[in-house]
Amino acid sequence: MAETENIVVETAEKIFSDLADTQTINHDKNGAWKAPLWQALTEAGLPLSWVPEDCGGSGASLADGFGVLGASGRFAIAVPLAETMLAGWLLAQAKIPSPDGEMTVAPASPKDRITLNADGTLSGRARGVPFAKQAKHIAVLAGGASGTSIALVDAAKTRIDAGLNLANDNSDAVILDRVAPLAIKPAPKGFDQNALMLMGCVARSLQIAGSLETMLDISVRYSNERVAFEKKIAKFQAVQHNLAKLAGESAAALAAATSAADAIANSTSYNDDALFLEAVGAKIRCAEAAEKGAGIAHQVHGAIGFTIEHVLHRYSLRAMSWRDDFGSETFWAVELGKLVALRGADELWPLVASR
Amino acid sequence: MTAALRFDPIRLPPKCEELRREVRAFLAEEIAAGTFSPFKPNREDTDVPEFSRKVGARGWIGMTWPKRYGGHERSFLERYVVTEEMRVANAPTRRFFVADRQSGPVLLKYAPEHIKADILPRICRGELCFAIGMSEPNSGSDLFAAKTRATRTDGGYLINGTKIWTSSAHIADYMIAIFRTSQPTKENRRHGLTQFLVKMKQPGIKVNPIGQITGQFEFNEVVFTDHFIPDDHVLGEIDGAWKQATSELAYERSGPERFLETYYVLTELVRAVGAKPDTRSAEGIGRLVAQLHTMRRMSVSVAGMLQAGKEPVVEASIVKDIGTVWEQQLPHRVRELAAFVEEDAGNRETLEQQLSFAIKTAPKLTIQGGTTEVLRGIIARGLGLR
Repeated sequence: MAETENIVVETAEKIFSDLADTQTINHDKNGAWKAPLWQALTEAGLPLSWVPEDCGGSGASLADGFGVLGASGRFAIAVPLAETMLAGWLLAQAKIPSPDGEMTVAPASPKDRITLNADGTLSGRARGVPFAKQAKHIAVLAGGASGTSIALVDAAKTRIDAGLNLANDNSDAVILDRVAPLAIKPAPKGFDQNALMLMGCVARSLQIAGSLETMLDISVRYSNERVAFEKKIAKFQAVQHNLAKLAGESAAALAAATSAADAIANSTSYNDDALFLEAVGAKIRCAEAAEKGAGIAHQVHGAIGFTIEHVLHRYSLRAMSWRDDFGSETFWAVELGKLVALRGADELWPLVASR
Repeated sequence: MTAALRFDPIRLPPKCEELRREVRAFLAEEIAAGTFSPFKPNREDTDVPEFSRKVGARGWIGMTWPKRYGGHERSFLERYVVTEEMRVANAPTRRFFVADRQSGPVLLKYAPEHIKADILPRICRGELCFAIGMSEPNSGSDLFAAKTRATRTDGGYLINGTKIWTSSAHIADYMIAIFRTSQPTKENRRHGLTQFLVKMKQPGIKVNPIGQITGQFEFNEVVFTDHFIPDDHVLGEIDGAWKQATSELAYERSGPERFLETYYVLTELVRAVGAKPDTRSAEGIGRLVAQLHTMRRMSVSVAGMLQAGKEPVVEASIVKDIGTVWEQQLPHRVRELAAFVEEDAGNRETLEQQLSFAIKTAPKLTIQGGTTEVLRGIIARGLGLR
């Protein structure tokens, strides 16, 4: 696969290729591959990459963890790795130790709010929470009279209305009705739901970019194998140009996502216009790339790519689903447009050039 | 696995920001002095010789070249900052930009020492304008079909034939052109073309301006009739121009000039919608800004990789492909969003005039300097499809 940067990402890629080979798992109707994969990831300390050692994690850098997320996109990983990483990261902000096992985060949409009640319980509804049904614990961000809090919640204490995303991964509504958290602490100063959403945007952007890298790869390979009209379809200019456009979308997604990841890894505050541009700019552009890129990958593959037997859908449907998590590109485009308008016309270029 | 595309998240070093402040201050002074207007990309006098000399005096032409030729030995990233600030301000860079980006580097690599010593310092001072003689009436994208002949004569060559779509030929002091010195071979149809340095405004060269749909006269037909070029004006290998023409293209393809050509309409749209835009305008602006930000990050990344001595050929072609398509579509997207601008927006007239010009400019953006079709062919080759 793509050139790896370091030992953490190499470890993840090794586990993915050994235990989550797309061709193999695509034919495993019972999902028997999931438990061994999760066990291997856990043994390597990857789900708690972003949790410091004194909170029970492996204390990897943000950059390393982002590298793992890119790799998870290249393999279209369908276990809650990204979600558990985000949950561990969120809990670590308030120095709450992470438990073992699968986790997810709530809210997972900028429009949903969870409230800390006066009696210390949590209430609210979070929609589109990825893998809530598989999660043993949920890291919750809640607003209350005294500001933002971060809480660890036993998933069994919540009501989960199960739903599925385009790729049939769980995307559920989580309803908290006066749920007593297992642990709750105030969020650090300046850390709010916006910070969680930006981090979620960057995670999904990296996953989309990764999935597009693989869609480009398998589309190029297929076009060099498939023969029509007595030649490889790779030799048709129309196909070449479509693949060149797919490469462009893949490149744009990769550049935007890695730039945003780099911005977050090197930033000290989440309340910063430039960081906002990086994070939501990546989400917007990656979501656009997901649509255009997946469309071309399917076009190149023809009917075979539309079958359940072929692996393409594992990438294309996840990429398109990931657009919706932590705020869609439409939602963020409106927010970014408002910010740009508020700053004024002559402050647009300085903002762009500051990155 | 297909060769992985790389876009390292390169940031401009702090000294670039210091330079950016200097460039902005300089441009603000020039705007205040009336040298050019950032609001009027369509003005006819885009050739402003005194501006060129001032930029040269600041040390912003030939920035990356050796000091012994008048250059400043600064980084490609510093040059990047100067280029993008000039583009965004709509500064009249026409007179020096081609020499700075393309012709100078070719001379540095292939010209004999006495020519380098003569010409390069003058480019750096902003005194010389260059044109590029590639296309001919029957060879555009198919560069190697060029027919204009360079025939051996005593001490040099006689040139006969016609170049066309040659930007700035009417004001240029020099042209770097390819001429046919031999016939192509069966094995290599690219064989037989040689790169030459042509001194303009000389006997045997006639420049005929060609009007463009924008109303400007920027490109020309250049007719050569027994025009003499001395031997020391041959650049590089005789019959081997094809080896040279492709080597420097990464620099040419991925710069900020490949997506900022129509940027002004976005600024003006933001001004027109005001501080509290409706949802549709906000969404449209948000998407355009996200796309612009992404392209710039891609472009800076390629510049950084070039500076580090890498050869991101496919990445550079992708930047130009995506960038030129974007700057071509931008005025149309802005036009759609402008339909919701209040009738009494203060800059409405400015925006309308800009849109009119940008929409007329748009078709050339995916043609000049290598068409979208050619670029996608290069990308396809990089992907292993050809």
